[in-house]
Amino acid sequence: MTSITLDKVIVDFPIYNSSHRSLRNALVQVATGGLIGEREDGRVVIRALDNINLSLADGDRLGIVGHNGSGKTTLLRVLSGVYHPPYGTVRVDGAVTALLNVSLGTDAEATGRENIRLRGAMLGMSARDIEKVTDEIAEFTELGNFLDVPVRAYSSGMQLRLTFAIATALRPEILLLDEWLSVGDEGFRAKAERRLNEMIESTRILVLASHSKELIARMCNRVLWLEHGRVRMDGDSATIVRSYFGASS
Amino acid sequence: MNFGAQQGPVEIATADIVAGLRGYRLPALLGWYDVKLRYRRSTLGPFWLTISMAVMIGAMALVFGQIFGQPLADFLPFLCAGLIVWGFIAAMLTEGCMSFISADYIIKELPLPLFSHILRVYFRNTLILLHNIIILPIVLLAFGKGFPLTSLLSLVGFVLVSLNLLWMALLTSVLCTRYRDMPPIISNVVQIGFYLTPIIWPPHLLPGRASLIVDLNPLAHIVAVVRDPLLGQMPTTLNWTVTFAIAIVGWAVTIVFYGSYKRRIAYWL
Repeated sequence: MTSITLDKVIVDFPIYNSSHRSLRNALVQVATGGLIGEREDGRVVIRALDNINLSLADGDRLGIVGHNGSGKTTLLRVLSGVYHPPYGTVRVDGAVTALLNVSLGTDAEATGRENIRLRGAMLGMSARDIEKVTDEIAEFTELGNFLDVPVRAYSSGMQLRLTFAIATALRPEILLLDEWLSVGDEGFRAKAERRLNEMIESTRILVLASHSKELIARMCNRVLWLEHGRVRMDGDSATIVRSYFGASS
Repeated sequence: MNFGAQQGPVEIATADIVAGLRGYRLPALLGWYDVKLRYRRSTLGPFWLTISMAVMIGAMALVFGQIFGQPLADFLPFLCAGLIVWGFIAAMLTEGCMSFISADYIIKELPLPLFSHILRVYFRNTLILLHNIIILPIVLLAFGKGFPLTSLLSLVGFVLVSLNLLWMALLTSVLCTRYRDMPPIISNVVQIGFYLTPIIWPPHLLPGRASLIVDLNPLAHIVAVVRDPLLGQMPTTLNWTVTFAIAIVGWAVTIVFYGSYKRRIAYWL
């Protein structure tokens, strides 16, 4: 069973300005005494997520909406295991893949084929898996011999094709997407959409953060509306899309 | 994945380190590409590392051999082995402490074991060490010296030194990620360590009492267990004991420290 349960999750970001980030100050703090114990003293903390409760099961397609800075990406990072919340509990059963930054780890000096290998390995694919998907990626991207050329020589559209194809080669149980993966080229777009849909259909749980009304309405059966790190509304997508996009436009 | 369950620091740290070691393939691949891609467009590629090291050794041997009045046949192999070993140690300390900072884009994106990023730096520098070590047999041959059998012992020394460098890199990485004044401090310490450690100066040149500089300097022992066997000398029992003891104590402290702060590292980046 794939499932996600968040219980009273709180995430605080300590903000270190230059004076707080230096060792000198910590030493002074210790040396002067009196300030020990006041943990919040003079330290700016941003509460990125405040008391989030969430439970997702097989078949859930959750959309996350909210303004910039409302905590969408932070929530995705909590779900992916990058951020360990200091308060509350997170339980995730199932293999998670987070595609927050599609071009992660793309090296301009490496060839297309090498980039497939590097990025594939980072996403946890074995050497054999990578070999298997390489041909499939080559075919899908239509890059042909370009795969043996350093990515530096690619057009931005070609780079996008490559990173998109690598990212969508996986079949995770839980997929976290920050914004829709889009591939510029008109002729290629339909093909890319189809591939992305295939990927999403095969995942058991999808969590998608997006600003697109049309996309959220089409892809999700449930929507979480975040505001200042809190859940403003949580419910079926039609209702939330109406209140969120109705309210903001 | 289950966050929120109560786990002690030791549990957190060992789980991460074990997971990092199990998935050694990824940091090995990344470390390999670090070296490969850096020299992609040059003809000699990573052998530029070897060449620049060889040039430095040659230049320093000329100057310091004269200053110290040492016969080149003894001094050059000594300097060569010392500089190569030191190059590895210094890089592991100065680059090692930046392991998390330089991998911030990966850490914020993928929940890999954080120890993987330390291993990446370790693999990269081991690979560079392998490029540099080629110089030593050439120097030994040039002076008509054979390959000393004790060299095999330096492999044992290398394992012990690696254990030490890994905890040092892990511990300083946590500190450097939190306190951004730490990296320059560490490069300063490494710089001073270079002068205080017998690498360019042979330890027997120190006058009597000053030999404490060597005995009390942990880096001197760490260098000795790898370098001395390469030169056909047995490291002293003190060398072995100190290196071993630092590894044990260092790891014990690091595991508790790392486990206490591991979960905050992503927030510091």
